[in-house]
Amino acid sequence: MAKTGVFIEIGDGRVKETNFGVLTAARGASGNNEVYAFIMNADGNAVKDDLSAYGASKVITITSSGDIGASPDVQAAAIGAAAKEYGVDALLGLFSATGRDMFARVAAMMDEPMVSDCIAVDIDGKSGVKSHFSGKTFATIKLDCNVMLATIRPNAIEPAQAPVDAEVISYSAPPGDAGKVKVIEVKKGGAEKLDLTEAPVIITGGRAIKASENYRMLEECAAVIGAAVGASRAAVDAGYAPHSMQVGQTGKTVSPKLYIACGVSGAVQHFAGMKTSKVIVGINTDKDAPIFAKCDYGIVGDIFEVVPALTEALK
Amino acid sequence: MKICVCIKHVPDTAASIKLTGENGFEDSECKFVVNPYDEYGLEEAVSLVEKNGGEVVVLTVGKEAATATMRSAMAMGAHRAIHVKTGGQFLDSALTSRALKAAIDKDGAFDLIFTGKGSVDTEGFQTQYRLAAALGLPVVNEVSRLTVDGTKAVVERETGSGEREVLEMPLPGIIGATKGLNEPRYPKFPDIMKAKKKPIDVISISDLGIDEASGKSTLVKLESVPERSGAKMLQGSVKDQVTELVRILKEEEKVI
Ligand SMILES: Cc1cc2nc3c(=O)[nH]c(=O)nc-3n(C[C@H](O)[C@H](O)[C@H](O)COP(=O)(O)OP(=O)(O)OC[C@H]3O[C@@H](n4cnc5c(N)ncnc54)[C@H](O)[C@@H]3O)c2cc1C
Ligand SMILES: Nc1ncnc2c1ncn2[C@@H]1O[C@H](COP(=O)(O)O)[C@@H](O)[C@H]1O
Repeated sequence: MAKTGVFIEIGDGRVKETNFGVLTAARGASGNNEVYAFIMNADGNAVKDDLSAYGASKVITITSSGDIGASPDVQAAAIGAAAKEYGVDALLGLFSATGRDMFARVAAMMDEPMVSDCIAVDIDGKSGVKSHFSGKTFATIKLDCNVMLATIRPNAIEPAQAPVDAEVISYSAPPGDAGKVKVIEVKKGGAEKLDLTEAPVIITGGRAIKASENYRMLEECAAVIGAAVGASRAAVDAGYAPHSMQVGQTGKTVSPKLYIACGVSGAVQHFAGMKTSKVIVGINTDKDAPIFAKCDYGIVGDIFEVVPALTEALK
Repeated sequence: MKICVCIKHVPDTAASIKLTGENGFEDSECKFVVNPYDEYGLEEAVSLVEKNGGEVVVLTVGKEAATATMRSAMAMGAHRAIHVKTGGQFLDSALTSRALKAAIDKDGAFDLIFTGKGSVDTEGFQTQYRLAAALGLPVVNEVSRLTVDGTKAVVERETGSGEREVLEMPLPGIIGATKGLNEPRYPKFPDIMKAKKKPIDVISISDLGIDEASGKSTLVKLESVPERSGAKMLQGSVKDQVTELVRILKEEEKVI
C-alpha cells in the first residue's frame, strides 16, 4: 500500500472538478493507497467532505511563514517540504497552468524525474503514459525515483467516488528563502467563463466562424448543455477569439466527454489538443474535410444552419 | 547583452512518425525543425540584441543531424551556436539540463536565457526548470509578454480562463517563451547564406562528463495512438441530423 499525495487546486473556495480524477488515480490499482490531499491558501474543513468522498483520508492544509501566494518558488518549496514530511511515495497533480508550473519547480528542487500530462499512471510500477509527438503517439515512461512525480491531463481519468473518513491536519512549512520570482499582479479575464480545461463539453469554432460576434451562436448552444466555447488557431490568429480560447498544440490540451468542432478542418496540431476527448463531433461544409476521417460523428453542413438547429434540438 | 537560446531539434509537428521496435521511431524519414516554441525565444533574443547590442548564442543538445536545425536558428539572427552532441534523440530532461548547464558554464555567464515552453516531441515541460535549479537562476515559463528593465524583467503568463499573471524576476534568469510573445521572422535568402558561415562549437556530451545512459526516466514503450476509424456520417435534413445526433449523444454515448 503506497502513500500518495495529491496537490489539490481550489478556485473560489471550491475544489475544482478536475481534481477528482487525480484523487481517483492516486488510490492506485488496488484502490487501497492512503491518499493525502495537500491544499494551500484554503480552509481544510470547508473542502474536507469533497476530498474524502474521493478517498482522501488526510487533508493537509499547508501554511508558510512567508507570503505563500507571492511566489511560485515559495509554494513549490512548501509542497516539496510537505511531501517529505508525510513521506509520500508519489505526488500527483493536474497538468493545468498552475499544476504544471508547480510540479516542474518541485521536480527541479527535489531533483526527481517527472512525467507530465499523463493520461494514465501506475503508481506501483512508477510509470506514466503520456503524449509524445503532438498526440500522435503515447509513450510509457518509467521513473527511477524516490518520490514519483506526475501531472495528469485534466478529465483524462474518470473520477470514481470512494468515501473514507478524513482528518484535517495543518502543516507549517519551514521558512525558506523568499523566492526569486514574484507575482506582482493578477489580471482577471473578461467574463468569469468556465475554463476550457475544466469543461465536460466543449464547442469549438474554427476559421469558418468568420467574425468574433458569431461566437455568440456557439455560446448560446453551449449554455444549453453547460459547455465551454473554444477556438482553433486560425480563428485566434484572425482575431475572432482570444488566445485563452485556443485548443491545440499551441493552446490548451483538453479531454472533455464531448467535443463539437464547428468549421474546423481537423489539422494535426488541433487534434494534438483534443484527441483524447471521449466523443468528437465534426460539422463542416466540406464532406472531404480531414476532420471526418478522425472524429466519431459527422454532419456535412453550414455551421450557421446546423448550430442553431442543434441548439434547438438540445433544449 | 549576451543571450543564450536553448533550441531543441524536433520532428515537424505535421510529420508522420514511423515507429520502430518497442520504443523508437524512424528519424531519418521525417523533417526536423527548430522546436516551434523555442522560435519565440529566439525571435525575442534577436530583437533585444538588435535594440541593445550584444550577441545571441543558440545551444542545442542533440544528434549530429541537429546541425541543420542550428543553421536555421542562425539564419533567424543568432550569431553563433554550441552543439552538445548526443547519440540518441530521447535524452532524459535532467541529463539535458546538466548538459546545457555545463555548456553554459564553459561559455561564460549570460544575461538572459530563453527556452520554449515545452518541446513538441517529448512534451516534457521541465528542462528549463531543471536548468534554472542547476544554475541557481529564476525561471518563468509560458511567457507571452516580456519587458526587460536593467537587472530585472517583468513577464506575463496566461493562467486559465483568460486570467493573466504578471511576475517580476531578477536577471540573469530563464524565460520559457510561448505564442503571443512575438511573431518569429522568416529568414531571407541572404540570411540563410550568412548562417552557413557562422561558427558552431561542437562538444561531445561525454566530454562534459555526462553518461547518456544514466537518466532516471526511461522511455519503455512508444505506440501509435489509435486513430478513430472515420466518422459515422449523419443523414437527412439538417433537422433530422441534429435530432439523431442528440439522441445518440444522450442514449448511446451518454455524454450529455
Ligand atoms: C507548430 C504549430 C502549432 C499549431 N498549433 C495549433 C493549435 O494549437 N490549434 C489549432 O487549432 N491549430 C494549430 N496550428 C494550425 C493548424 O495547422 C491549422 O492551420 C489550424 O488548426 C486550422 O484552423 P481551422 O480548422 O479553423 O481553419 P481551416 O483549416 O481554414 O478550416 C476551416 C474549415 O471550415 C470549413 N468551413 C468553411 N465555412 C464553413 C461553414 N460555413 N460551415 C461549416 N464549415 C465551414 C472548411 O471546409 C474548412 O474545413 C498549429 C500549426 C503549427 C505549425
Ligand atoms: N535537447 C535540447 N537542447 C536544447 N534545448 C532543449 C533541449 N531539450 C529541451 N530544451 C529546451 O527546454 C524546453 C523545454 O523542453 P521539454 O522539457 O523537453 O519540454 C524546450 O522548449 C527547449 O528550449
